Amino acid sequence: MESIIIVLVGILTSVAIYLLLSKNLIRIILGTAILSHAVHLLILTMGGLKSGTVPLLGENAERYIDALPQALILTAIVISFAVTAFILVLAYRVYQEYGTDRMDELRGSNDEQ
Amino acid sequence: MLLFYILFPLFVALGITIVSSKIRREFLGWIAFSVPVVLFALFARHIPTISSSEAIRTTFSWIPSYGIDLTFLLDGLSLIFVLLITGVGALVILYSIYYLSSKDSFAHFYTYLLLFMTAMLGVVLSDNIIVLYVFWEFTSISSFLLIAFWFHRKNSRNGAIKSLLITMSGGFTMLAGFLMLHVMTDSFSLRVILAELPQLTDHTLFYPAMALLLIGAFTKSAQFPFHIWLPDAMEAPTPVSAYLHSATMVKAGIYLIARFTPGFGGDVYWFWVITCVGLVTLFWGSFNAVRQNDLKALLAFSTISQLGLIMTLLGIGSAGINPAIGEAKGLYTFALFTALFHLVNHSTFKGSLFMVVGIVDHQVGTRDLRRLGGLMRFLPFTFLLAMIGSFAMAGLPFFNGFLSKEMFLTAVLSIGDLPIYGGAQVGWLLVLVAWLASVFTFVYSMILVFRTFTGRPIVDEEYKVPQEASLGMLIPPGILGVLAIGLFFFPNLLSDYLLKPAVEVLVEDGAALAPKIYAWHGFNTELFLTLGIITLGIVAYLLLRKWRPYYQYIPSNWTFNTLFRSTLSGYERLGERVTMRYMNGNLPSYFLYIFSFFIIVMWTTWWIVGPINVTFDSPSSMTVYEGLLAVVMAAAAIAILFAHSRLTAILLNGVLGFSIAIFFVFFRAPDLALTQLVIEAVTTILFLVCFNYLPEWKVEKLSITKKVRNGLIAIAGGLTVTIVGLAVNNYTKFESISSFYENSYELAGGRNIVNAILGDFRAFDTMLEGLVLFIAGIGVFTLIRMRQKKGAEPRENQ
Repeated sequence: MESIIIVLVGILTSVAIYLLLSKNLIRIILGTAILSHAVHLLILTMGGLKSGTVPLLGENAERYIDALPQALILTAIVISFAVTAFILVLAYRVYQEYGTDRMDELRGSNDEQ
Repeated sequence: MLLFYILFPLFVALGITIVSSKIRREFLGWIAFSVPVVLFALFARHIPTISSSEAIRTTFSWIPSYGIDLTFLLDGLSLIFVLLITGVGALVILYSIYYLSSKDSFAHFYTYLLLFMTAMLGVVLSDNIIVLYVFWEFTSISSFLLIAFWFHRKNSRNGAIKSLLITMSGGFTMLAGFLMLHVMTDSFSLRVILAELPQLTDHTLFYPAMALLLIGAFTKSAQFPFHIWLPDAMEAPTPVSAYLHSATMVKAGIYLIARFTPGFGGDVYWFWVITCVGLVTLFWGSFNAVRQNDLKALLAFSTISQLGLIMTLLGIGSAGINPAIGEAKGLYTFALFTALFHLVNHSTFKGSLFMVVGIVDHQVGTRDLRRLGGLMRFLPFTFLLAMIGSFAMAGLPFFNGFLSKEMFLTAVLSIGDLPIYGGAQVGWLLVLVAWLASVFTFVYSMILVFRTFTGRPIVDEEYKVPQEASLGMLIPPGILGVLAIGLFFFPNLLSDYLLKPAVEVLVEDGAALAPKIYAWHGFNTELFLTLGIITLGIVAYLLLRKWRPYYQYIPSNWTFNTLFRSTLSGYERLGERVTMRYMNGNLPSYFLYIFSFFIIVMWTTWWIVGPINVTFDSPSSMTVYEGLLAVVMAAAAIAILFAHSRLTAILLNGVLGFSIAIFFVFFRAPDLALTQLVIEAVTTILFLVCFNYLPEWKVEKLSITKKVRNGLIAIAGGLTVTIVGLAVNNYTKFESISSFYENSYELAGGRNIVNAILGDFRAFDTMLEGLVLFIAGIGVFTLIRMRQKKGAEPRENQ
């Protein structure tokens, strides 16, 4: 199971990178969302899959699954949501201000050059 | 106690900053004035102790794990410097109270000046080389702030930047040298290093460390070819020039070399490099001083030249450390002694000359020699002071400069008698250079006083009729002038109490070998050389108009200044061109760099460390549903790439998110599954809401090469992650730390381990995560509500 998931993570990463390299702002945002999916799966896999029961002590099991990756991912999910929400609204504002969502048309102001 | 002495100016500086707005500005000056006066008295109290060749030490632990302690040491050598720093400092501050105009910010001026005082005291008192380095750089920084004190002038800013660049790069070089010394001796303490260095001459780092150290000292003391920053530093207010750029800071390099003389002194390269650099600087400085029209520029080159003179003496004197010197040791100890003597003399006469030039500038409104003349009538006292300073600098009798100049000639003549280093062959050449430099010194000293104060008064409507300066501006140079004369008549007073204990620090039995200073030695070579200097100097001064124009034939393009400027602008252009090449403002390009870098680094690492173990072994089994779900996810992900409408894409993204939630269920992570479900739903809604305001996405018109390139990078990136994952998956080096959390009920009272980690074990992380959410929320709110105000400046890039 682990190796299948890792291959899946690889596919998701490839898709995310390809989306990040494109010019369209929405595609880039989608890319970040998919990349965080991939990373969450990877972290979970690294802790071992199905090697114990659900990490609830009430189960009284012999062996519990590694709870630490789950805690990390829980944090990561929330943070990535915050980031996605923020850049989505940023995209909305950018489009309002500059009338484009293409990255090659948003190349900073000329006075820096 | 010493630490308190060092920090005292700093504390007062802080105090001045705090109270500056509440009290009268002149009063700030008097507060600042009290600092060096008090410190001078405190340090002077130690003269009897130090003159019996004892040292005072204070130690504080600073970074004990690295062996960096705040150890401060007051010995004979440091004492000369601290007395100069506080003594000249007091006079300069007194002078500045009357010099600064009502437009200048007193608070800033005195804060910087006191900051400098702390830094400089730290340099000469630190026993730890790292602490010394920190204070050393602090002097550069405060010098930068003071040169740029009139920051509205372009020249001030440029001069400040130039001096900072040169002295700071020298400082970095010196730091590297210090670290090498640490590697050699395994100690940061100056005393330990100095004691061990003579035994380490065969160490591979001996000469590199020496070279780096010398570069640091030469940049700070404005030695050829690093001298170019000093004339530009003259844009600083005159009290600053008198203090930092003549009496104290530029002597830090002298201090460093003197301090390291017992360590490196016996070496032949140390001897020749310092002697030759010193002599070249001595000559080049005095040669260029003659052509200057700006009085301060003249003094700047004169300072460079005099620093070269002291440097030469230190170089010659270092021969006395070599055990092979034998009987002649006394002769070379004499040179070290003279170096310290001239150091003090230079501070007296040069300090007073700077103040005199300051008075001229202040009262007349110009320092340009071509517009000055006949000031004797208007500024009689200033004229008197200028005469004292100039004659002392020229080395005329009845002034302290005469004594040290004679002794300098003795020292240079002694190179010819050197039994080692092959000094006998080139001795005469060095004497010639020193003698010529002295002639030029004589000429510019005469220019300074007679071109300014005698001759036809230049009447210019532009200027008011000059009046004699106020008493407050005359007293400080007056005191220095009295010292310049007093030291001629009573030099041995200074010698017994200050110079001999200092020489004792540099050479064993130095105090016993140090000479008694006499003004009259009988008719010897030195006297005839001096007479020659005076005669030729007078002739050269009288014929100045005939030969000075020849200076303009020196090509102006081939100077170190031009080299410095072109190097600097060259670097700027190169930097800009390189930066503009890759910082093109295009986000996808940046992503391209990031991912390419990641892939290249990973694959290079594998290539270097050899093959890694990638297996497809899986500890856990797979059910049909899980396999199906994985296939669905892969298909959905790839389909996103080909989605024609953004709606399709976002729904496919939803498929991914919800599938992961199901995976979380399969993988025994109920909390994750719940969170993922909620978040995915909200995210999808957010996307849909935003789509209302965003344009439909167009099919990307990318060239096929770019598509292939992006595709390759994407596939390589995915492959890299897969390989890392597979390699790590079957690799156990450490026990998992997670079993600790299985005590969550006992430790945190929670049966849900994940919740216990988030809410108890790592509660701060969770709190800060909440903060991140909050900040993102504020960001979203601001972005939506923020509008450009009407009538505000239009957008930046229009």
